[in-house]
Amino acid sequence: MNFASFAEFVAMGNHGLYVWSAYGISLLVLAFNVGVPLLAKRRYLQEQARRLRREELK
Amino acid sequence: MNWTWFHKLGSPKWFYQTSGRWLPWLALAAALLIGVGLVWGLVFAPADYQQGNSFRIIYIHVPAAMLAQSCYLMLAVAGVVGLVWKMKLADVALQCAAPIGAWMTVIALVTGAIWGKPTWGAWWVWDARLTSMLILLFLYFGVIALGQAISNRDSSAKACAVLAIVGVINIPIIKYSVDWWNSLHQGATFKLTEKPAMPVEMWLPLLIMLLGFYCFFGSVLLMRMRLEVLKREARSSWVKAEIKAAAGQLS
Repeated sequence: MNFASFAEFVAMGNHGLYVWSAYGISLLVLAFNVGVPLLAKRRYLQEQARRLRREELK
Repeated sequence: MNWTWFHKLGSPKWFYQTSGRWLPWLALAAALLIGVGLVWGLVFAPADYQQGNSFRIIYIHVPAAMLAQSCYLMLAVAGVVGLVWKMKLADVALQCAAPIGAWMTVIALVTGAIWGKPTWGAWWVWDARLTSMLILLFLYFGVIALGQAISNRDSSAKACAVLAIVGVINIPIIKYSVDWWNSLHQGATFKLTEKPAMPVEMWLPLLIMLLGFYCFFGSVLLMRMRLEVLKREARSSWVKAEIKAAAGQLS
């Protein structure tokens, strides 16, 4: 463990703002990249499910 | 060497089934490696004797930057495969990897700017390394825009492949920019021929993060490619069966 206390960990030796903003933005981008294909797949399957139901009715 | 795997890649069905088996493990590896790397890099790695704690940005900056370049190389390889062997899957890989690579370049540029402020005193300098990375971002934008602008799939695949192959000249420029020009940017952390200049407690979490980012890239790329394959092969019977099963679960 490199830090004596949690407050020290958050402060990152006066570089807290830089370190945490860099990590925050990066994790957001990573999460976004996971979310986009997941949502796209869901949307596509929902579309296809609707199409299949329509075809069954005919 | 046995090339059957390469020829099997020509079959979207084989790709879809195999990637479906790989994806959960790849995603699990990515989550574990990035989780361990984050905690290790942020909490346990020692502070740098000159840069203090701001150096911890390295644990995302370097993996993102390396991945951004590897991803572009992959685009170029996919471009060659698509042009030479007319493999449809190569274009799927190229189109699906480009946005991920662009996002990785954005992470590298943004974290680099945030790291530059406390270290160099400036968010941005028109330095060779930074400028060539910015060009990489524009190359990614070019590939994405070109892919979306041309509606005919074959011509779009060909145009994107050519752009990806021509743009690969930028990769050695990025790599050697710190050696060729007088640069603020520090040299490479990992070299194939030498031991890292950092102590092991610093570079081991970096290596873990690096592996984690590559696994992340692999999983996200497979997720995108699998959906694209489903869309492109919508008329084949195996996709219809797949869709019916998946859509049935949904409703």
